[in-house]
Amino acid sequence: MNAPIPLAELTAGSMNWERGTSRIPFAVYNDPALHQLELQRFFYEKHWCYVGLEAEIPNPGDYKRTEIGERSVILVRALDGVIHVVENACAHRGVAFCRARHGNVQAFVCPYHQWNYALDGRLRGVPMRHGVKREGVVQGGMPADFNFADHGLTRLKVAVRGGVVFASFDHDVESFEDFVGPDVLRYFDRLFDGRKLTILGYNRQRIPGNWKLMQENIKDPYHPGLLHTWFVTFGLWRADNRAQMVMDRHHRHAAMISTRGNAGAVSEVSRVSSFKQTMNLHDPRFLDIVPEAWWNGPTAVMTTLFPSVILQQQVNSVSTRQIVPDGHGHFDFVWTHFGFEDDTPEMTQRRLRQANLFGPAGFVSADDGEVIEFSQQTFDAKPAHRTLVELGGDEVANTDHMVTETLIRGMYRYWREVMAR
Amino acid sequence: MTAAIGFEDWQALTQLYADYAHVVDAGLWEQWPELFTDDCVYRVQPRENFERGFPLATLSFESKGMLKDRAYGIRETLFHDPYYQRHVVGLPRLLRADEGRFEVEANYAVFRTKLSQLTTVYNVGRSLDVVVRTAEGLRFARREFIYDSEMIPNSMIYPL
Repeated sequence: MNAPIPLAELTAGSMNWERGTSRIPFAVYNDPALHQLELQRFFYEKHWCYVGLEAEIPNPGDYKRTEIGERSVILVRALDGVIHVVENACAHRGVAFCRARHGNVQAFVCPYHQWNYALDGRLRGVPMRHGVKREGVVQGGMPADFNFADHGLTRLKVAVRGGVVFASFDHDVESFEDFVGPDVLRYFDRLFDGRKLTILGYNRQRIPGNWKLMQENIKDPYHPGLLHTWFVTFGLWRADNRAQMVMDRHHRHAAMISTRGNAGAVSEVSRVSSFKQTMNLHDPRFLDIVPEAWWNGPTAVMTTLFPSVILQQQVNSVSTRQIVPDGHGHFDFVWTHFGFEDDTPEMTQRRLRQANLFGPAGFVSADDGEVIEFSQQTFDAKPAHRTLVELGGDEVANTDHMVTETLIRGMYRYWREVMAR
Repeated sequence: MTAAIGFEDWQALTQLYADYAHVVDAGLWEQWPELFTDDCVYRVQPRENFERGFPLATLSFESKGMLKDRAYGIRETLFHDPYYQRHVVGLPRLLRADEGRFEVEANYAVFRTKLSQLTTVYNVGRSLDVVVRTAEGLRFARREFIYDSEMIPNSMIYPL
């Protein structure tokens, strides 16, 4: 049995890191104090977090309830069309008053004491503010200096780009464009190029693992051609495809860019048990792939924006995957599949069919959640140990191949810089 | 309900539902597609998508061939924690009966038991089905599981 580890040893500064960030202490995945610090430093300060797509709230009064970190927030389009994000917490007694997941309203009203807010979060009405008159005498009421302007909902800073909405509790955060940085922004703009989006629907899964493991999963180009039979067999993602790994200057965000090749071909990379040379689909419509002009070459670009979202283009299937941490024990993973306004009915059908590869039941993605769960089980059982991410050495640098774990090392270099502040 | 149905059809219908639960709970993945017609529709869809008119389903198959591909995936390509599943299915609620074609709704609950773990409620909802008479007996032409349990506990590997 492991002896309990003193908290001091688990803090970011004294944690035992070896060879740069190529060996990650298990403690980063299961220490409650670190988790609280991560929420503050990554989700509530200095970062932009994903909240949704403009197409989810097309009309004035439309709202969607979601989360940033572990805080409930509301994405809403005000009656004048402007998008706001406010915290779902009444200024009076803290009630998370908004219970529906989406809807259309003229105002927010907390049911407890009927405090009333405009859709931009400004306080508009407080019952019995001026007291109640009985027998000619005014009784009670709020103090004379009660100022509505001081008691609105917490308003977040909002950035909208290409139909995607990000928000930050930190009003001093840098611009969204600076936050993402030009090298990764290129790939964001490739997917969200200004065309109007259409919502195809949601998938939700609760994965019993630390939230960072999902960022790492999509910063890990090593596993798709090994864990995912469909990827290696049908050439969608395999180590001999043309590929690029690109990070922002802080190494927190990344794009994994790959171009399909070698479907079915036997080579160095197909000598793995997941490669099924004789596998044929009974119904090939699952992979009825039609190249689209906006791809400009790559057939898959997986973008991780730290800390809150993954942007997926895998051939014709496109989605956002929001990461919602919840304690160290699990995180929720919310998939929003979408299409574009100019899609033909056939293209919409194709995106929906290819969605069978992704999500909690996907031919490819279902096993990502499984392996994350199994990693976490070991982290919890053996907190003094560490993982190994040394494919490609211990460097942190962009590459023009996918035989590397450099993006994970980069993420933890950033993590350490921020956590040690 | 105004839909009328003879005893033999009713017996065959309830037998089909019982057989279906047996096949997917016993892990008879090669038999599972055979409970459907060739051009069947099989969908597992979160209730929110269904009610809001969003077309996305968690699983969305449009032919018996796609079901066979899923069966192969379970056996050969999807890495997953093994688990038992157990369906408890309510009586079929007959919505419409035409000659050789029945529209049916049924409530269901699926329990999941991972090896050496406690049993948990995995997925509950209702199915919206179209059952047709074929030369081999009654078969599903359409099976749509509309699930209330929108937060999937990690993954869904086996078909409901």
